[in-house]
Amino acid sequence: MAKEEGMPVLEGRIHEWRSYVGRRQAIDAADVDELEDHLRNQVADLREAGLDEEEAFLIGVKRLGELDALSREFAREHSERLWKRLVVAEAEEEGADRKREAVVALGLAVAAALAIKVPELFGVRLDGSAAAEFFYARNISLLVLPFLAGFFAWKRGLDSAGLLKLAAPFLAGAVAMNLMPFEPGGSTMLLAALHLPMALWFAVGIGYAGGAWRSHDQRMNFVRFSGEWFIYYVLIALGGGVLMMFTMFIFSAIGLDAEWLLNNWILPCGVMGAVVIAGWLVEAKQSVIENMAPVLTMLFTPLFTLLLLVFLVTMVWTRSGIAMDREVLIGFDLLLVLVVGLLLYSISARDPQAEPGLFDALQLMLVVCALLVDAIALWAIIARISEFGFSPNKVAALGENLILVVNLGWSAVLYTRFLRRRTGFAPIERWQTAYLPVYAVWAWIVVLIFPVAFGFM
Amino acid sequence: MDIGKDLVAASATPIVLAILSEGESYGYAIIKRVDELSGGELKWTDGMLYPVLHRLDRNGLVKASWGRSESGRRRKYYRITDQGSEELANQQRQWKVVSETLRSTPFMSFQLAPQGL
Repeated sequence: MAKEEGMPVLEGRIHEWRSYVGRRQAIDAADVDELEDHLRNQVADLREAGLDEEEAFLIGVKRLGELDALSREFAREHSERLWKRLVVAEAEEEGADRKREAVVALGLAVAAALAIKVPELFGVRLDGSAAAEFFYARNISLLVLPFLAGFFAWKRGLDSAGLLKLAAPFLAGAVAMNLMPFEPGGSTMLLAALHLPMALWFAVGIGYAGGAWRSHDQRMNFVRFSGEWFIYYVLIALGGGVLMMFTMFIFSAIGLDAEWLLNNWILPCGVMGAVVIAGWLVEAKQSVIENMAPVLTMLFTPLFTLLLLVFLVTMVWTRSGIAMDREVLIGFDLLLVLVVGLLLYSISARDPQAEPGLFDALQLMLVVCALLVDAIALWAIIARISEFGFSPNKVAALGENLILVVNLGWSAVLYTRFLRRRTGFAPIERWQTAYLPVYAVWAWIVVLIFPVAFGFM
Repeated sequence: MDIGKDLVAASATPIVLAILSEGESYGYAIIKRVDELSGGELKWTDGMLYPVLHRLDRNGLVKASWGRSESGRRRKYYRITDQGSEELANQQRQWKVVSETLRSTPFMSFQLAPQGL
């Protein structure tokens, strides 16, 4: 009986232990896998010797060694001598690794920057014409994300089977976007063009995880990576903007107009190259500016909770309904995306061991408010659909809405249980990482199935 | 008995290589084998074995490969390489010199202090 009830406890413990150990820079995911195998063997043997699960787990962890000392040893493994410290050798080797990584990243960034100009060789010029817009809208993510995925494929040392798996989604995307008979400017084309970057971002995630995308810890790492990547990208964009302003200014001072150069080369190539550069920076600087996204989350979770509360109260007070048109629909989808994002990043930064606290309660409040606001919006959407029928846009918005509501709804349940100390924090984390493929599948449905289902309108 | 840290460190490589020369194995089994061979006297902090194995792997003395355990879990196996066997022979010679030197000093004729008093 104890075993029947005990299993999830052990799994939860091991999960918590994994995320705790995995946070160490020196111990990578494969090392954690190896240590986990060891721990499980140890626990199984101790159980056989008559210990209960809790005791077996504790002794197993203790025998693995104190974590600080352990991660120090793992860190030292990268130098030549493990038990003797040849500090010089360690520094040199790390330096060489970093340099090679920088060269590869820069090479890929340049390749990505040039890739956007390649279509021009075939007459598709970035000149704002309708034909060019039609082409670039469909293909822009295909011109850049393979380079980012390629960087991770190189960094993680993917084997040929892994490379094939990684290449498959990009090929599928390229074939679908260019062979399907889209109506230029039609809504299925716009939806597909909008969802393809998301779909491919998850493919980048497969590369990021080194093919181990089933691992929940790797998924959480990819979530962290995505947040940091976004922040780096925004920072680079700001810097790029300043650079371009000055380019214009100094050339105009000597009577030359740099606009042509900026519009045709610096802006498009910079926008593309920065995608790879930001990815590399996050990877290289991981330990330096870690957890920027969670800091922003901490700042904005209370503010958004307050906003939603005030909104709800005002709506009830003034008895006003929501004016439901397409923009409002998309607006509410974005609101849910934002709330899920806030949730995801505060979860990714939270110490799974910590006791439930005020911030967790706040988190639950945010989720509940978002659900209430969204229930009202959903009601209006459904009313609108039953009045005017389905359209690709409405189905896409509705689908996304439902996916996010399911996530938030179950998150609310899990948070309630956690706050009432019925479970640990691990289920909340696991629910989010388990849910990630749902987003990917939905994005691919919109890219691949919507156009066919709605006749490319 | 507690064996000094430096001695554990110095003996880790030959012990691991010698155990792997019996055939392919994995971390937990190696620890168990050490326990068995030393009659429980030689205690390693389990986790510390892995950095040692990784270093041996990187230096080409052993070869690591991912396989599956009986229950289907991912498990990393290690087997000794030719270079590893050479290193083992090399270590053997070194340890022989050390132990022979020790034997011819008063070191071995010391009366062991009775334990547990």
